[in-house]
Amino acid sequence: MSEAAEGGVRLPESLRGVEPVQSVRTPIRLEYDYRPSASAESYLRAYGEKRIIGHRSPVDGAVFIPPRGVDPRHGVAISEEVDLPDTGHVGNFCVTHLPIPGRKGLEVPYVSAWIHLDGAAVGFLGLVSGCPSDEVRIGMRVRAVWKPDDELGTTAENIRHWEPTGEPDVPLERAGNQSFHAGRGDEAGA
Amino acid sequence: MKPVREVAVVSTAVHQVPALTGTTEVQLMVPLLNAARDAVGLTQADIGFTCSGSSDFLAGQAFSFVQTLDAVGAFPPISESHVEMDGAFALYEAWVKLQAGEVDTALVFSYGKSSPGSLRDVLALQLDPYFLAPLWPPADAVAAIQARLLLEAGKVSGEELAEIAVRSQRNAVGNPNAVRSSPDVAVEDVMAEVPIADPLRPSDLAVESDGGCAIVLAAGDRARQLCGRPAWIRGIDHRIDAHGLGTRDLSRAPSAELAASVAAATADLAIGSLDIAELHSPTTSQEAILIRGLGLGASTEVNPSGGALAANTLMAAGLVRIAEAARRIIDDGADRALAHATSGPCLQQNLVCLMTGV
Amino acid sequence: MGEVPLRADLVLEYPFTRTTGPIIGAFLTGLREGVLTGVRRPDGTVMVPPAEYDPVTSEPLTEIVEVGQAGEVVSWTWVDPPRLQSPWDKPHGLALILLDGADTPMLHAVLVDSPDDLVTGMRVSAVWREEREGHIADLYGFAPEEVA
Repeated sequence: MSEAAEGGVRLPESLRGVEPVQSVRTPIRLEYDYRPSASAESYLRAYGEKRIIGHRSPVDGAVFIPPRGVDPRHGVAISEEVDLPDTGHVGNFCVTHLPIPGRKGLEVPYVSAWIHLDGAAVGFLGLVSGCPSDEVRIGMRVRAVWKPDDELGTTAENIRHWEPTGEPDVPLERAGNQSFHAGRGDEAGA
Repeated sequence: MKPVREVAVVSTAVHQVPALTGTTEVQLMVPLLNAARDAVGLTQADIGFTCSGSSDFLAGQAFSFVQTLDAVGAFPPISESHVEMDGAFALYEAWVKLQAGEVDTALVFSYGKSSPGSLRDVLALQLDPYFLAPLWPPADAVAAIQARLLLEAGKVSGEELAEIAVRSQRNAVGNPNAVRSSPDVAVEDVMAEVPIADPLRPSDLAVESDGGCAIVLAAGDRARQLCGRPAWIRGIDHRIDAHGLGTRDLSRAPSAELAASVAAATADLAIGSLDIAELHSPTTSQEAILIRGLGLGASTEVNPSGGALAANTLMAAGLVRIAEAARRIIDDGADRALAHATSGPCLQQNLVCLMTGV
Repeated sequence: MGEVPLRADLVLEYPFTRTTGPIIGAFLTGLREGVLTGVRRPDGTVMVPPAEYDPVTSEPLTEIVEVGQAGEVVSWTWVDPPRLQSPWDKPHGLALILLDGADTPMLHAVLVDSPDDLVTGMRVSAVWREEREGHIADLYGFAPEEVA
């Protein structure tokens, strides 16, 4: 056994000829007591009543969902809550053929989509189901499919998925994120 | 770095509380950013560069600083940067940007909401990941080992540490952003406390808080337009010591000493002649190291706000020191002020900012 | 509202496996073999634990040397309660320990029942775990040295 080990490192007698350690496991775990903000709390409680809440900007009336208490375009606080309908359109989507580790009851392929509620200026994430995945398209009208009343909690999981309504599509040029046109009279949707 | 342009703090805003509940970091920062900009009549469109400091480990949300930009109003897209450090180091980046002449104004902010997690565990993770972090040494224990070195070397006495604690709690009275204050606490009261991390007692350790800070910087004539009495940054420097706790003399902070001497030389100011010094000392023992190491004079008022001992918002407490020192120049007529910020265990990294009113 | 505020547990876990390189790897190999090592610096002193580069001069360091299994407490504190994820399940000392033959102290536990049993300058010696894998916790800590 040569005195020099890998990397030109000289080892003392006691470490020569033994299998060198090359890696070490150092797992870490951090625990947090997560408390939602007041606006997130109202949003989650509304889910328990099958209602969806947004925040209306004092600048131009654009409605943001989920409500975060701020208009991110202007850095302005928002306090006005508005009820949004549980209908909207697909602003964008992705078909995924790999399962999510640890998530049960999700068949592959699944479609995750930006759901643009009627009257909202931005989309939020949801699953689209109720039609073949290759029929999902930008502009497709959808409605929420809620869990049965006795399974409702203070969680966005109350909406199992979004299903097609069969109404005519929102035209492509008016589909998707309208937040940067808000207040100019050219918003999409209802 | 020798300044080529005059740059000043022209406005400040601070908010610190024991724990923020019902409020996100974004909702915390909206009023602070607006207060700092409004004080000098600027909107985000008038700001040349925005820089922030925060750590995702505090609230356990990855890339949370991106979401906090919601509070800034970052559309149309702004020139922006972020450091995973105390906001004082973000201020340094903004200062360099101003020195480069690329912009005339900058917005600096930082925030920390550590109350949802365990700061003692989070801070253990800043230690060496092979030899120390797997042992999960609590931050106060690591600081206590440093404090004992100081005490047993005769560099400071337990009574002197208690006097530092008493000064902090008394000065903090009337500071709305202090979370620990007392008008009548005495040295005997502190000495009677049972140590949390022997030899450090509760009053020797900074009290944890949630909060944030925002500062507007401006250069030259722009600063004079915006503010009647800007706090001119005459010297600013930051330095770092070796990471291994055993490889440096923990009874000193050589990086703080060097940063102070470089800043003083640049500013052409004597550290011994300052009116006030705001020190970011997470323990009384570290404050003792700083007072001696920086060379503060007897006539300098140390931590008139109570300092970080009175409210130590991780990632913001250093920037708060700059804000407190600058505010005393801008509003209260102080002439010469030092602000200090630290990062890492046992005063590993240190920033010194020297400001004057003229 | 009179309602109980909403809350949720949020747990972050990172299953890090770190590569060691030959220098830190040698120290951890030593732990597995029940041996304590450091690295020699250009000025002839020995740094424990080792680093790949000199913290002052940044020169590469390549000579691993064995140091003693006993040493002296340079400074200490008391950890009570023990941290949940630490290797220890009861209150313990935490100390900088200068091993015989080393020039820089290392941080580790001192296994005594009470802070009254700790004093700067006391002699302590290594306590090893039976099963060792090349991890800093293979060294369970240090105990007051038996007086011969």
